[in-house]
Amino acid sequence: MLVHLQGPWNPLLGRLTLQQIPYENPILLGTFIFAAILGVIVLGATTRYGKWGYVWREWLTTVDHKKIGVMYCLVGLVMLFRGFIDALMIRTQQAIAIGPNSPGALGAVHGYLTPFHVGQIYTAHGLIMVVFAATPLLVGIMNIIVPLQIGARDMAYPYLNALGLWLTTAGGALVMLSLFVGNFAHGGWYGFVPYFELPYSPGVGVDYWMWAFQLSVLGTTMGSINLIATIVKMRAPGMTWMRMPIFTWASLSTNLIALTSFPVLMVALGLLGMDRYLGTHFYTAGMGGNLMLYNDLFWIWGHPEVYFLILPAFGMMSEIIPTFSEKTLFGYATMVIASFAIGGVSWGVWLHHFFTMAAAPNVNSFYSITTMLVGIPTGVKVFNWIFTMYRGRVRYELPMLWALLALFLLLVGGMTGMMNAFASNDYMWHNGLFVVAHFHMMVLLIAASVFGAVEYWFPKVFGFKLEQKWGKWFFWFMVLGTGWVFVPMFFLGMAGMTRRLDYIPYTQWAPYLHITLVGMAFYVVAVLFFVAHLYVSLRDREKNRVGADAWGTSRNLEWMTHSPVPAYNFAFIPHVNARDEWAWRKENGIAELHAGDYEDIHMPKNTGIPLFLGLLSMGLAFALVWRIWWLALLCLVLMVALIIIRSFDRDTDTTIPAREVERVERAARDGSSGSVPPAGVLGDAVIATSTVRSGSGGIGGNTTSPRPSWAPRNR
Amino acid sequence: MSASTTQKIDPNRLTLWERHYPGHDMISTRTFGFWLYMLTDAMVYAALFASLGVLSHAVNLAGGPPPSAIINPVYAYGETITLFLSVLAYGYSMVALKSGSRGGVVGGMFVSMLLGVVFLAIAATDMGHLFAQGVVPETSGFLSIFFTILIYHALHIVVGVVWMLVMIAQIARDGFSANVVYRLINLRLFWHFQAVIWVFVFTFVYLQGMVA
Repeated sequence: MLVHLQGPWNPLLGRLTLQQIPYENPILLGTFIFAAILGVIVLGATTRYGKWGYVWREWLTTVDHKKIGVMYCLVGLVMLFRGFIDALMIRTQQAIAIGPNSPGALGAVHGYLTPFHVGQIYTAHGLIMVVFAATPLLVGIMNIIVPLQIGARDMAYPYLNALGLWLTTAGGALVMLSLFVGNFAHGGWYGFVPYFELPYSPGVGVDYWMWAFQLSVLGTTMGSINLIATIVKMRAPGMTWMRMPIFTWASLSTNLIALTSFPVLMVALGLLGMDRYLGTHFYTAGMGGNLMLYNDLFWIWGHPEVYFLILPAFGMMSEIIPTFSEKTLFGYATMVIASFAIGGVSWGVWLHHFFTMAAAPNVNSFYSITTMLVGIPTGVKVFNWIFTMYRGRVRYELPMLWALLALFLLLVGGMTGMMNAFASNDYMWHNGLFVVAHFHMMVLLIAASVFGAVEYWFPKVFGFKLEQKWGKWFFWFMVLGTGWVFVPMFFLGMAGMTRRLDYIPYTQWAPYLHITLVGMAFYVVAVLFFVAHLYVSLRDREKNRVGADAWGTSRNLEWMTHSPVPAYNFAFIPHVNARDEWAWRKENGIAELHAGDYEDIHMPKNTGIPLFLGLLSMGLAFALVWRIWWLALLCLVLMVALIIIRSFDRDTDTTIPAREVERVERAARDGSSGSVPPAGVLGDAVIATSTVRSGSGGIGGNTTSPRPSWAPRNR
Repeated sequence: MSASTTQKIDPNRLTLWERHYPGHDMISTRTFGFWLYMLTDAMVYAALFASLGVLSHAVNLAGGPPPSAIINPVYAYGETITLFLSVLAYGYSMVALKSGSRGGVVGGMFVSMLLGVVFLAIAATDMGHLFAQGVVPETSGFLSIFFTILIYHALHIVVGVVWMLVMIAQIARDGFSANVVYRLINLRLFWHFQAVIWVFVFTFVYLQGMVA
């Protein structure tokens, strides 16, 4: 059954040989040295300060949804940085390699990257940004916020939650590993057939791409099951459907998309894998394969995936804008309907990714129209946000700035998206930079919402606000970079420049490409400001401690518990009486009430098994990439064995005694004196101790939140 | 906002916090999640059946045998009967669960598991014959998807059989604890789901293949 391979293979190491380590490439060598130094520093510091026990107990084996969410976000940030470096290399290459007289270096005829290397970079950039940066960041934030917003103590399946995290991380790690062992796919992040078939791509690159992708598919599908079950089954008493916070609604819609679309991708990639490993003929040219089958299956996932990414971003904007407009969200019901309309339409638009692939005119027209339909619910959302701000007391704090940037980018991206929706237009700029600029507007919208959401919910998770000064520099340089990089791209796309060029034949495009390079410089500065933003925030965290209601005008359940949130989330499960429960309680002066005697709280126990399953899945994927059959079999058997062994474990829960709950709650309520939780973590031991700044409106504190000095007075 | 500020709220008559909250029903939460998992698996099958539809054109035979030449209705009939009897046996096992009879549950499950193994044996014989005649997935695009669907379904049966073995061990050790009961219910869903999918396999792979 197994296919015959070109090149050497031995039973012990499969296709892996010493020549597969690209030590002769100075760029990869430099990257390796950088990664190695960073790794040694991190591991050394952990050992030096004796933190291994802490890391193991509190993070690696945790099933706490907040910590898992934080780790998702960390994975997302690391991968975002990697994807950004890839982008930087693409842009510099394209700014140098223009015209026949352009210089060449490092073995490249033009520019400093060989075509093979450029191919790997843009493939990695696309895959990383979509499934290993945006997805973990969004899933991480949903993981942290959704259970808090619905008044739950954890996710429906804490163990599955950890497993999803480690599978996604394994996928990301596999992409990183391909830098130093072997190579990565070089044909675009969504793959082409038959180009990605074994005869045309005989190397391990496509296998790395495929298995990393599959791991993230598994992780995301598990996460979506978990979030849907959490939202449906774990809501606090009194929280009817129409009292649910809008971010939770958006999460529900987005995870329904994930639940139904990711399995299709699993099939698309799985059939490609069968072609590559077992010699079947699903997508081959000849022998009864069908090339369009891959395109259809992939984009049946691919377009819902776009809305899977954007709906949580819309949800974040819907939380930030009311808080900083000091008003309730305009058009709650229409917002809910719009979220589900977008989710529904997402299933009927996939063909617009290949209008030029010889579909009949009536087919193209159908998908043109469905694509334009997306604009209606999206437009409803835009107007709802605008009407929320209208006659509100708008405060331009960092989360609000990011939300407004997201709104602006949505307009630009949405309008150009409408232009792309015309099949006739698409025939002119298919696979061109106009499309690239369009979807970068959309993904930068997602990035802007994520940054806004991080600024907004950071105090809830860590107990202190991020500082504003460097954050604003970061914000404005991101704005500058976005304009300078992507506006010229719209022009280049109109001029006919296609994607993924390693060499630009037309010198008249040079000015535009140089302008985008200036934009990249702004982005680089923005990254430095981001680092400064984080550093200064961490350094000055004592000054920026906040109570339960960090922004003073927030509206939902997550602000009804301490910052940072204790391990058990809520000492008492809130009973929900209204939409925007917390705002309602504050308006009615009942924000200080709490229930009296504390009770024992039942929580799931830590377990290392998800981590081991993640490691084994990475081993399995690595073995399959290099076709080391014994290792693949070993990993698979161990995974099955671990799952079965875990199912026999009766000791999976633990109880936090009432006295311990009381201690933590008292410390959080009264402890404005020196007891400060360790920096940047969600509390020590099992339970967080937190500090509430006196008079900041925490539970049991003042009934009304203080008006911050920067807030406008009543008009 | 459901309550305007003009309306006076009496804090004494409101429930703001839930005292002695019993928590969520564990078994129903776990079962709900399993339904969601089955939806994902149904999507996998949907994509596979769609691929079968695409790859059923004469072009996709690529000179290989058409479905009508390779399908043996006797095997398909035997597989159908064993799988459905197996589901029936599992159903009796669940009836025994309601009366709390440990012997009834384990007995029903044992019969169900045996029939699952018989199903696998028939499927293996069928495919073994085809492979021996040189009818293999590598022959054509159509045969690729033909065997993929059959093997993917058979893999589920393997998982089900292993799961039943595990459950028999867990019943023997723990009796009907909450964990065991929710797993039994989920396994019931899983096992019935395989029979439902088999109806589609039978219709689209065998019946349609014979007619085409």
